[in-house]
Amino acid sequence: MNPKPKLAVWKFASCDGCQLTLLDCEDELLAIAEEIEIAHFPEASRAVMEGPYDLSLVEGSITTPHDAERIQEVRRCSKFLVTIGACATAGGIQALRNFQDVEEFIRIVYAHPKYISTLEKSTAISEHIKVDFELRGCPISKEQLVEVISAFLNGRKPNTPTHSVCMECKLQGTVCVMVAHGTPCLGPITHAGCGAICPAYNRGCYGCFGPKETPNVASLSHWWNQLGVEREDILRALRTFNAEAEPFRKESDNYEA
Amino acid sequence: MKRKSRTIKVDYLARVEGEGALYIDIEEGHLKDVKLKIFEPPRFFEALLRGRRYSEAPDITARICGICPIAYQMSSSHAMENALHTTVDGQLRALRRLIYCGEWIESHALHIYMLHAPDFLGYPDAITMAKEHPDVVKRGLRLKKAGNEILKIVGGREIHPINVQVGGFYKAPSKQSLALLAEELKWAQDAALETVRWTAKLPMQDFQQDYEFVALRHPAEYPFNEGRLVSSKGLDIDIADFDLHFEEEHVEHSNALHCIHKGHGAYHVGPLARYSLNFDQLPPMVQQVALENHLPKICSNPFQSIVVRSIEVLYACHEALRIISEYEVPPKPAIEMQAGPGIGHGCTEAPRGICYHRYELDEKGNIMDARIVPPTSQNQKMIESDLRKFVSQYLHLSDEELTWRCEQAIRNYDPCISCATHFLKLHVKRN
Repeated sequence: MNPKPKLAVWKFASCDGCQLTLLDCEDELLAIAEEIEIAHFPEASRAVMEGPYDLSLVEGSITTPHDAERIQEVRRCSKFLVTIGACATAGGIQALRNFQDVEEFIRIVYAHPKYISTLEKSTAISEHIKVDFELRGCPISKEQLVEVISAFLNGRKPNTPTHSVCMECKLQGTVCVMVAHGTPCLGPITHAGCGAICPAYNRGCYGCFGPKETPNVASLSHWWNQLGVEREDILRALRTFNAEAEPFRKESDNYEA
Repeated sequence: MKRKSRTIKVDYLARVEGEGALYIDIEEGHLKDVKLKIFEPPRFFEALLRGRRYSEAPDITARICGICPIAYQMSSSHAMENALHTTVDGQLRALRRLIYCGEWIESHALHIYMLHAPDFLGYPDAITMAKEHPDVVKRGLRLKKAGNEILKIVGGREIHPINVQVGGFYKAPSKQSLALLAEELKWAQDAALETVRWTAKLPMQDFQQDYEFVALRHPAEYPFNEGRLVSSKGLDIDIADFDLHFEEEHVEHSNALHCIHKGHGAYHVGPLARYSLNFDQLPPMVQQVALENHLPKICSNPFQSIVVRSIEVLYACHEALRIISEYEVPPKPAIEMQAGPGIGHGCTEAPRGICYHRYELDEKGNIMDARIVPPTSQNQKMIESDLRKFVSQYLHLSDEELTWRCEQAIRNYDPCISCATHFLKLHVKRN
């Protein structure tokens, strides 16, 4: 029998929520561990097996000079590398510094700025290394994570739709909050995967899965305008957890005062 | 051969949330220095909140921590309501306690079964432990899932729930959806009782400390969201006076700010503090279970925190069932807020201890200044102090043994380093 493939989980600047998603697979975790060797997962185990690793899950964005070097090492010891979550795929909420002066940010939070080592920008993993697959979301969806692992083990492409949250609402039969209640919603331009939770809870989508493939962001912001949303609030809506994702960033720049 | 001096370095602490390291300096067989180093990269939340709407704070601050997002959503919501002179009560207040029960059950079960218990039984992780104790690990996972189910139904999803807003919720759950939760919670309450009995029998080190415990205290209930801030050494203040009594220091070896009680020094927040300061507020059934399992009313041994967490899981299941049995759908899912200027404070009990927020708003309700003091930065000094006393007893051990012991002393606090940056590789230096 061949040895089990080895799984590694890596963390960069993040909240730990996406790697926690693996531990949140309460029904599947022990079965997953039967099929794949959890070889490097410091949040869950003090036992570390040496690389190379067959599957690496990378959480978090690059924000320090040290991490910019570390991600290169992670790539070198990983055969198939998947970035998980908005921080890893788009820079995360901490990429809001990219629109400001980071020195000012450091002064606001820390008494002794000279102790802090940080980069000017928070960047996605794909800006530093070749990424084999990206899983979106803040946080990622548990079902999609299990799908990615299962597809990897079976040597097939993961089945994760690239359409919009809007489409997920239609598939579920959720009444459109924008049409029916005039609630501003990012669903038409946001990548599917969450299961369109927000509209089902009577709120507009806030874009935590980032832009879908070929989104028409300008058209949607025009519609928001028609609903009476102030320019500065359109700017804020586009600049949250995926602010540095290009379609969101480009349109948000048009709303900068 | 006896080495007189050595340095032990643990470069990456395992089974904690976030990134930290530990340095231990031993000279001439005496402990010279212990440093808990947090190298989790800074993410500047207080800075990036400036200029955002008051209403955005719950969703943004949730992203500080994927393990305890509710703590951030609750502290920020309460702070904003305080700034805008609004009080949330009735069923909406009860729903907030219910969602917090979910987070305590989920976070505590994760720590008890997956992060902490393997230390007591000598396993590197829960998955290895599951090979010899499959039923125990399965019970832990199902218990954790029961907590997550509350988050999913009331909050929309387990991590970074979407249903919380300043003033209440976007949608109030139906009676039926909560009734379905109750079925699994009845099982969870029994499983929590088993958990208390199981953890109480784990091999336990005797390491009694003279802590200053700090926690919320409410006149009528075990604290989640509200109360005065009290300590075991006489502090009793309104949360708005937090800054008068506590201060954060920025030290060179850490990206987390160290918090101290002015004039007193290090203090201890979390389950041990909450339990020891609020034992009398636990329902008689829970009190009785604690005493039957030989847990004292004031618990000062951090290794016993695993038993105290189990007691809190039992309480959270009991409280969740009470709230569900008395639930009526509120007339509106949220109180309508009026944006305006103000200063507001919020302090709630995250699974790891008090999480304090303060915001200053301008006339449009935009955030001008934000301050967030997470539980782990408050415990950081106490952890170092524990380590100093703890390590001294074990200097004769090999580096590998000593490292594991130190990790255990740290894991007692269930530290969340992602929160605190604002945990652990070990570096032991023996010359």
